[in-house]
Amino acid sequence: MAFRTGISRRMMIRSGFGLRSMSSWWGSVEPAAKDPILGVTEAFLADPSPDKVNVGVGAYRDDNGKPVVLECVREAERRIAGRLNMEYLPMGGSVNMVEETLKLAYGENSEFIKDKRIAAVQALSGTGACRLFADFQKRFRPDSQIYIPVPTWANHHNIWRDAQVPQRTFHYYHPETKGLDFASLMDDVKNAPNGSFFLLHACAHNPTGVDPSEEQWKEISYQFKVKGHFAFFDMAYQGFASGDPERDAKSIKIFLEDGHLIGIAQSYAKNMGLYGQRVGCLSLLCEDEKQAVAVKSQLQQIARPMYSNPPVHGALIVSTILGDPELKKLWLKEVKVMADRIIGMRTALRENLEKLGSPLSWEHITNQIGMFCYSGLTPEQVDRMTNEFHIYMTRNGRISMAGITTGNVTYLANAIHEVTKSA
Amino acid sequence: MSSQHPDGSVFSNIVRAPEDPILGVTVAYNKDTSPIKLNLGVGAYRTEEGKPLVLNVVRRAEQLLVNDPSRVKEYLPIVGLAEFNKLSAKLIFGADSPAIQENRVTTVQGLSGTGSLRVGAEFLARHYYQHTIYIPVPTWGNHPKIFTIAGLSVKTYRYYDPETRGLDFKGLLEDLGAAPTGAIVLLHACAHNPTGVDPTLEQWEQIRQLMRSKGLLPFFDSAYQGFASGSLDADAQSVRMFVADGGECLAAQSYAKNMGLYGERVGALSIVCKAADVASRVESQLKLVIRPMYSNPPIHGASIVATILKDSDMYNEWTVELKAMADRIISMRQLLFDALRDRGTPRDWSHIIKQIGMFTFTGLNTEQVAFMTKEYHIYMTSDGRISMAGLSSRTVPHLADAIHAAVTRIP
Repeated sequence: MAFRTGISRRMMIRSGFGLRSMSSWWGSVEPAAKDPILGVTEAFLADPSPDKVNVGVGAYRDDNGKPVVLECVREAERRIAGRLNMEYLPMGGSVNMVEETLKLAYGENSEFIKDKRIAAVQALSGTGACRLFADFQKRFRPDSQIYIPVPTWANHHNIWRDAQVPQRTFHYYHPETKGLDFASLMDDVKNAPNGSFFLLHACAHNPTGVDPSEEQWKEISYQFKVKGHFAFFDMAYQGFASGDPERDAKSIKIFLEDGHLIGIAQSYAKNMGLYGQRVGCLSLLCEDEKQAVAVKSQLQQIARPMYSNPPVHGALIVSTILGDPELKKLWLKEVKVMADRIIGMRTALRENLEKLGSPLSWEHITNQIGMFCYSGLTPEQVDRMTNEFHIYMTRNGRISMAGITTGNVTYLANAIHEVTKSA
Repeated sequence: MSSQHPDGSVFSNIVRAPEDPILGVTVAYNKDTSPIKLNLGVGAYRTEEGKPLVLNVVRRAEQLLVNDPSRVKEYLPIVGLAEFNKLSAKLIFGADSPAIQENRVTTVQGLSGTGSLRVGAEFLARHYYQHTIYIPVPTWGNHPKIFTIAGLSVKTYRYYDPETRGLDFKGLLEDLGAAPTGAIVLLHACAHNPTGVDPTLEQWEQIRQLMRSKGLLPFFDSAYQGFASGSLDADAQSVRMFVADGGECLAAQSYAKNMGLYGERVGALSIVCKAADVASRVESQLKLVIRPMYSNPPIHGASIVATILKDSDMYNEWTVELKAMADRIISMRQLLFDALRDRGTPRDWSHIIKQIGMFTFTGLNTEQVAFMTKEYHIYMTSDGRISMAGLSSRTVPHLADAIHAAVTRIP
């Protein structure tokens, strides 16, 4: 036990402290494991090599490898600064922002919005939306579990664990094809007890980039109906996947048309580049307005002892942009530019690898969609990428396409080829 | 289940939750169409004209941020903006605090006071051996909810004496004295919410000695630093006293009121540890609490705070504006006291000028409060708490009339 020397020790002895008071209450606290995703960027920043490449965390970069603030966001900020006060939002957040956000997910002219059947609250980006839902699920369906795809964003497991909702998994990624293991997925859906809760990625699955086709989504939706399952969509990449927000919300549209009462977590971190502002939305489609009011009030009860009310700034940016037709048009254009650049990098990476004469198939790079590519690299190969080539990625082989540029795609392809050519 | 929806909703049994008692006051106020209505409910500062206030220095900071093209909106680290964290710790503990100089403090950015309390509570529930927290009676309505949901067991200690409308110091010492070794104790650093009753420095010293002798763990809620007396240092004395004895404590800070950043949700949680390596391990565990809650905190408000705190000009400007807010509230207290005295309103009202901070615990009962709302369109929480910040020299007479009527007509 380390004792404090000097004055404070004398003070404590004088006031008759026992031995316990001499040591820290936290002496037995273990150092926690580093977050696998955010730890990658930390390591990257610490690397002095001029060749280093960060294809770790999923934040968009332009072709110069620089972070981007969208023009529509800059303009919105100019309009906001100096104009408004900073009063508390209601517990459920900005009504304006939520309204606009629901239109994106449920459709511009959604009958559900008109009929006020959606319980919706502003949330702290996608994480916060998922956590509110998980806590809500625990409170009102305490016997339920959540089915999570394999693999998924690592933090999904943390969220439902901290909400104390038991987790099960369902098949998703097929390592052999580097595509969707549709047959096993459907088996899992059929074998789950009726009325199970499922977490689905609406588009641009993280970390694999593998999405069901429209036909497959229809089959999944049908089977969900048969089994009475609850579908919770995490939609973190609307607009970012194909460049067209309406297209990226197709899976949700299919479920809504089939009559499912779904839940959705939406995030503006990527598609509006608002990462650090923490803006998102949680919505639950209910049977009627009365139920939506009740559900919303209960969601607010969960928010109150967590943060009281959500941050105003990011919400103002969103509602300023989406509420102004010109700014909204500009946003849609800028989202498409980001999506197109990523699609271009997918093509470039694949072509480079094929040109190098790689023995492996790299089709999956262009088949997959969104910010991430599940390269198929093993943890050992990933370690070689980092140690020999100063290329940083998560050990599951996930590459953030946004970190690839015309300037580094050749270097990256070379490195991948080196570590895989004898595989 | 409706025939339109063969599945029915999995949440169809959910009933509507009651309105939050504090935020519900503003909801009711907004619905009232009377031109003489007065909102003395939620604790947000209002100017003499009854308007919300954005500090000049905050506007300046905002302009700097918006005009800086190099600023991006990337994710903050899980623990938040590093500069903000350091400056916040200095603000509450003092720039020369040995705990800071010895790297024994871990500070994480939190979602204002609420979020900082919640993260601290979750950490204690997971890593501290004692899961009981003592909270004063009364306290901010959200406190018991935060601690309970984090998994702590909530007990109370006597605090407010309705007879004297002051501190029940004897009761406080008895109750803390009877607490089990190691229990957590929630302390309002200054400007107790909702009563406005604070211990004197001598009383704080006695509380400190008692707590340290029993190994009770202090958890400070500092939501009004600078806002209570007008002096940032004076309002932090209670906290600094505990840190000076070398012991451990937690402190949750909020910038909602003292920087007027309410809706930006800016705050910090600091844990003062015995040793630097302990502090670093503690930080790593705090990250595990935060990541599955919201991943990382919002950047805007923290950037404003950091911009102001690190620039001596802006810092000074802030202290001046802060003192002006505190002074206006103190003058409202005096005005209200004088108005009640002038009306010959029965009872001793000196607690109005003895209490400190944004709130006054009037001592009015729920019937009297309901009467004031119905007949005079005055909105306050049913425990008789009024937000002095919502008063102006123009509206004090109306309030005094209402209190006079309530006290003389309703026992």
